[in-house]
Order: sequence, then structure tokens, then C-alpha cells
Amino acid sequence: MEIVKAKDVVFEYIRRDDEGEVVGITTAVDHVNLGIEKGDFIAILGHNGSGKSTLAKHFNAILVPEEGSVIVDGIDTAESERIWDIRQNAGMVFQNPDNQIIGQVVEEDVGFGPENIGVPTEEIWERVEKSLKAVGMYEFRKNSPNRLSGGQKQRISIAGVLAMKPKCIILDEPTAMLDPKGRKEVLEAVHELNKKEGVTVILITHYMEEVIDADKVFVMDAGKVVMQGTPRQIFSLVDDLKSLRLDVPQVTLLAYELKKRGVNLPDGILTTDELVENLLSLKRN
Amino acid sequence: MSLIVDHISYIYDKDSGLPTVGLKDVSLSIPDGQFIGVIGHTGSGKSTLMQHLNGLIKATEGSIYFNGEDIYDKGYDLKKLRSKVGLVFQYPEHQLFAETVFADVCYGPGNLGLDKKDCELRAYDALRKVGFPEELIFTSPFDLSGGQKRRVAIAGVLAMKPEILILDEPTAGLDPKGRDEILGMIKELQQKEKMTIILVSHSMDDVAEYVDRIVVMNHGSIFLDNSPQVVFSHYKELEEIGLSAPQVTYIMHALSEQGFPVKCDVTTIQEAADEIAACLKNN
Amino acid sequence: MLRDITLGQYYQTESVIHRLDPRVKLLGTILFFISLFCFKNPVGYAIAIIFLAVVIFLSKVPFLFMVRGMKAIIFLMVFTSLVNLFATKGDAVLSFWKITITRQGIIMAITIAVRISLLIIGSSIMTLTTTPNHLTDGMEKGLRFLKVIKVPVHEIAMMMSIALRFIPILLEETDKIMKAQLARGADLESGNVFKRVKAMVPILVPLFISAFRRANDLATAMEARCYHGGDGRTKMKPLKYQKRDAVAYVILAVYLLVSIFLGRLWIFDIM
Repeated sequence: MEIVKAKDVVFEYIRRDDEGEVVGITTAVDHVNLGIEKGDFIAILGHNGSGKSTLAKHFNAILVPEEGSVIVDGIDTAESERIWDIRQNAGMVFQNPDNQIIGQVVEEDVGFGPENIGVPTEEIWERVEKSLKAVGMYEFRKNSPNRLSGGQKQRISIAGVLAMKPKCIILDEPTAMLDPKGRKEVLEAVHELNKKEGVTVILITHYMEEVIDADKVFVMDAGKVVMQGTPRQIFSLVDDLKSLRLDVPQVTLLAYELKKRGVNLPDGILTTDELVENLLSLKRN
Repeated sequence: MSLIVDHISYIYDKDSGLPTVGLKDVSLSIPDGQFIGVIGHTGSGKSTLMQHLNGLIKATEGSIYFNGEDIYDKGYDLKKLRSKVGLVFQYPEHQLFAETVFADVCYGPGNLGLDKKDCELRAYDALRKVGFPEELIFTSPFDLSGGQKRRVAIAGVLAMKPEILILDEPTAGLDPKGRDEILGMIKELQQKEKMTIILVSHSMDDVAEYVDRIVVMNHGSIFLDNSPQVVFSHYKELEEIGLSAPQVTYIMHALSEQGFPVKCDVTTIQEAADEIAACLKNN
Repeated sequence: MLRDITLGQYYQTESVIHRLDPRVKLLGTILFFISLFCFKNPVGYAIAIIFLAVVIFLSKVPFLFMVRGMKAIIFLMVFTSLVNLFATKGDAVLSFWKITITRQGIIMAITIAVRISLLIIGSSIMTLTTTPNHLTDGMEKGLRFLKVIKVPVHEIAMMMSIALRFIPILLEETDKIMKAQLARGADLESGNVFKRVKAMVPILVPLFISAFRRANDLATAMEARCYHGGDGRTKMKPLKYQKRDAVAYVILAVYLLVSIFLGRLWIFDIM
């Protein structure tokens, strides 16, 4: 079953000058069609300005398409009276860890969402505890968010979304402002949610290493979905990715360079072990 | 002409009830024209150390010598030091404020007391060096894309004509293309303008291709200070302090452990590909 | 640099005053203020001082700690007292050159000084013993009756708590921007007032831009988490009155009655 479905979605940003005259129109999302299966781990890739974040904001009705439609768990996001149902079903984590934490104490922040949707007090506490444990931040529940690292803050934000019991969670470049350690923490937490809780994950990023374990990858450029497939399929197209201003994991790139030098390797190698194994078997022959 | 850091230590909130060690007995010599990468995770003291180099923070112990003079001497001109040791902060585009790109870049030289014409010449020159499109120099800096804003901010420091340029995470938040452009531009500054560059980063992959030397910081001290080849050969120790060597290093070590006769001290993909291909041919 | 600034700081300790419901403290503070303006004789003030002293003692907050926060306001206090000392007309006690000091003036000056001190100490007791969170919660629930006259109580409380959360972030940001401009040769410490104000522009503009960017981000994040005002909202930590709160209300009522009655009794008049 598809939990998120985008049909021919178009969204334009209209820039106006001081007098309100239209000075330019940017088509951020340009006739996008895609479907996301329940329980999947999906990655959306693209460079800055490719329209990936704009598309993501359609999945929980922060933006509503100008043409086409977005259906989240059976509800059309254009149905404004059901907006809170949509947002509860599809939670969102943003890029800047500081600008999305509302509470002055970790546990209060996680409780913010459930408070908004009118969950009874006792159940809020249960949900907060469970969510904080799921992201490994329970011991920090009484802390002030200001004293935490970037990776920890993002995990709090994930817990905050989780406490609303969403079916799907959208992460809009959650690691762009983190150091490698923080990035690792956040990704581990997200994968765990996907596996253990069965939450559908939509990860928007430009870090290639983060999408290797995804079930499916969509690549966006100039508002359009230009590539889609499994990570292995996508990463076998090194030249295409390069022309889209995207990186390729170093292993894949090395395999690609070796092939250029006449070494006989399969396409789309993703891990160090794979490459080493293939090279060793070549050497034996 | 060089910068020498002589056994400095720094303690945060020294007078409060909660003193924290920022730096612990750090010594460093920065000769002219070098491209240095400073690596460490958040809280390792790398940013604190950089702010010492242009006198924004004063060490609680030890001294710093710039061109033979102790910058902590009474009457030492810190403003002049800051013009010679340029520091570009993380997300420098957040410090833009003027109405036009050009006016913003003129701010630094203006603070040095230069006349208007000199400021403008320097600003123009700096914007050219960072590859900023000429037709946009009189637009508002706030209308630019993220990558271009960052170029303007770097130009703002370059316009002071520093001898040493320090950049704190200059590629944070940029996409791969923006990152490669900025790093390429910095490399060019070093090669063409003979500037000394100190690049602070938490990513080994970013710096491996560009730098002559890597300084690894951990818990406020220098953990390793050597060429990239030597630093990466300590990849196991790096992992213990929460850092990692570039993926290439791991591949080469894995191959060599499996009896593949490759040299492990390569740092870039190209070198690695050449090395492996050569090995296979000799097979 | 800016880390030294403390706003509405909370003094962490265990005391009966700390444990009181924030609504009690809020209402208590307001009633205490009202009482101060009702007194007509020194007896009222004496009772207020004794009452406050007992509360301070119970709160376990060191008196010196409290007074340290008053330094900035002493100037204001001295100034208002002096104005009243010289401007109040009445029976001359001392006169020289063009200045006359009257008996009423002296009494007025002392009254004002005592009143301002009590006001400040009284309100600081509240902020010292109540966490900002609790205080906003107390405001929201305690002042809910104001909703009838269209005061957006929930919204005000939410704004206060967001402001409190972002103060440290913005202070840190200011520090960072200042350092960045210093690195570009900015001179923030020399020159006349005009020059210094001008030197602040490169710090204030980025700071405002950043604050607006954060506000925008936060608003989106709040909406994404289903925030839509106070209606239909439940509370994770709802306020509930305990027995000690009832006791506190009774004590407050007694204080109010006794102090205002004696404080307005004509037999103690000295004016």
C-alpha cells in the first residue's frame, strides 16, 4: 500500500518586488509523480535548489500543490479541514536543530506534539518515555536542550515527532549541520525506527553515504525526478550523478575509476568489502 | 614571516564555579605558504585555537608570536594582526549586513583606515579572486544563493589582504558541487596568491585532496600533526577518538591485509586507482 | 562576554516557597504590590517588611544573592527619592540657597525608597523560586479569566516561553557575530557615542536577520507538529492545587487584611 502518493505535482515560487509586481517565477517542483510504499526507507537526493525540500514540505501539508495532488495515507493534502490528521500521520524533522525545539526541557519538547493534538496527560508521559527511549535520549529527559550536541538535538526532534505516533516521518536534510558523529547518531536512530517500529522514512539529503541502505532512491534536479531505483541501480550511473552535481561514495568512485583503467568490475559497488572481494577474485584468476 | 604558537592553554569561565579546559598546552608552527587542515570533532578545541591565532581569545597561559612579535605584548596592534591573520567563521554569510555586496566587502578595509578608493580597489580585487560574478556586485547580498553568499563573506576577509587565511568549516551546509567549488577556490588562493591557508573541518574526506599537512585535535590538545599520508596511517587511533580516515585508506588497508601488494599511503581516489590497476597488471 | 547577563534567574534549591503552585506566587506578588500602595502609615510597611522577611527565610534563597540583582535599580531608587525629597512642599526642616527640605519631603523620600525596595525584592522572590516554565504555565492558567475580555492569555504565555528558550541562543549568536566583525577589523570600543552606535550596525543587522530566520523556521516546525493555538490542547504537566497552596492563600488573605487595616488606621498617621 502506498502511504504517500504525489500525482503530477507542480509548485511555483513567485518573487515580487516592493510594489508587489511579479519579477520572477521559479518552478520548484515540476510535474512530479511518485509513490512511497508503507514501511519503506526512501531517500530523496538532489543538490541545493533541486526542489527536494519543497517537495518534502508537500508531504505534510506545509505546502499544498498548485497543480496535481498529494495523498498522504488516503487523505488529499488539499482538504484543509483534515490538515491536523495529515500532519500527525506525517511528521517532519528539519535541518536546523536549534530552530525546531520549543521546550526548555527535553521531555517537555517531546510532549509538545501530543499536547497539541489533545492526548490525555497520562498518555503523554507514556509516549514521551517511549519516544525518548527509542532514540536513546531518555537519560537526558530533564536536561535543557541548549546544552546538548547537534546530533542529540536532532534525536530529540525525532522523538518529538515519534510521540505523535506518525505513520511516516520526513527528514529534511537532518544532518546537514552536524559533524560526522552527530550524523551517524541520527542515521542510526532513523534506521532503527524504520526497522523496529515500521515507520515509513523519507530522508532528504545530499550526502550519498546516507542513502546506501535505503530501499529506494529518488534523484531530483530542477524540480523533476530524474532518476529512481535501488541505491545499487542509481550508483552504477556515476557519470549521470556527476552531471547532476552529486557525489558518489568513494568506494563506488574508486570502482568506477578502476573500470576506466580496464579492470573488470561489476556496476554499482557500494561497500568496501564488496570491492575488496571483487578485486581479490580478479587477482586469483 | 610566520605564526608560532608556544605552549598555550586556555580555560573557559576561569573565574566562575565551572572552569572548563578549552586548550591544553598547544604548540604549533605555521610556516609561510602551507595549506594546513585542522581536524577534530565538535568540542575538540579546534575553533577555540583558531580564535587565538588572531587574538580574539587570549590564552590563559603561553604566547603566540606573529612575525617575531609577541601578540600579547602591551601596545601590540591587535587590529593589524586581525588584518594579517584573516579568520572566516563558520556560516560566514550570517555576518553580511550591508545593502550591496560591494559595500559589505569594503567594510573590512574601511576599518583599517584606508581611503575610499583603496577600499574599493581591494574589494573589487577580492571579489574577483573568489570568482564572484561581476554583474552582481551591486545587488543585495541577501538575494544571493547560499554558495554565493559564502563567497562574498570570504571576499570580505580577503579584502583586508591577510597573509594567513583561516577558514572554519567553509563548506558546511553546501552541496557537493558548492563544496568542490569553494575548496578549489581556496586551493587557488594558496597557489596563486601564495597565501598560508588553515582549513578547519571535521571531515577528512574534504581535506585529504588539498592539504600539505593535517593537525588533528582532541580534547583541547594536538593529537597528531603530520602529512596526510602519515596521519591516515594512524586510522585506528583516529577511530578511537571518533574520527575516521578517508574511505580510500580503509580500502587500501583491507586489500593489503588480504595479501594484495598495494601501498597504503595513497590519499586520493586517482592515486588509489592507479596503484590498484598497476598491481593487477603486474599480477 | 554576554554570558554574564542573567534574566529572571531561577535559584535552584528545595523549599516550601519553591514548591508552591505558580498561581499562588503570581497572585501573591500582585496582592503584595497592591497592599504597598494602600498603606498610609509606617505600621503597614513594617508588617510588609516582616512578611517579606519570613517569605525570604522560608525560600532559602540567600539574601545577599537577592540584593546583588538590585544594583542596577539602586540608581533609579536614589533618583526618585531625591526628586521627592526636594519637590515635596510642606513644613521646612532645612533650607539653604534655593533648596528647601521639608518634613513631608523626607517622609516621602523614605516611603518611596522602602516601597521600591519592597517591590523589587517581592517580585524577585517570585522569579527566584519559580522556573520560567512554571511561571508561564501559572500565567496561562491563573490569568485565564482575562480571556473573557479578549486577552490572548495562551498566546502571551507561549510567546514568553519561546522567548526564554531563545534568549541564550541569541546571546551566543550575538557573541559570534561580534567576533566575526572584530575579525574584520571592527572597532566597537572607541570613539564617541555616535561612532559607537554606528559601529553596532554590522552586528545588529545580521542579528535581526537571524532572529527572523529562526522565528520563521520555528513557526513552520510548530505547525508541522500540529500547533494551532490553545484550543483543544492538553497539558503534559497540568497545574494542580495542593493543600499547601490553600494554606498559602489563607496566609495571604490574613496578611492583606491585617496590613491594610493597620496600614490605613489614622492613629498611626505621622503625615
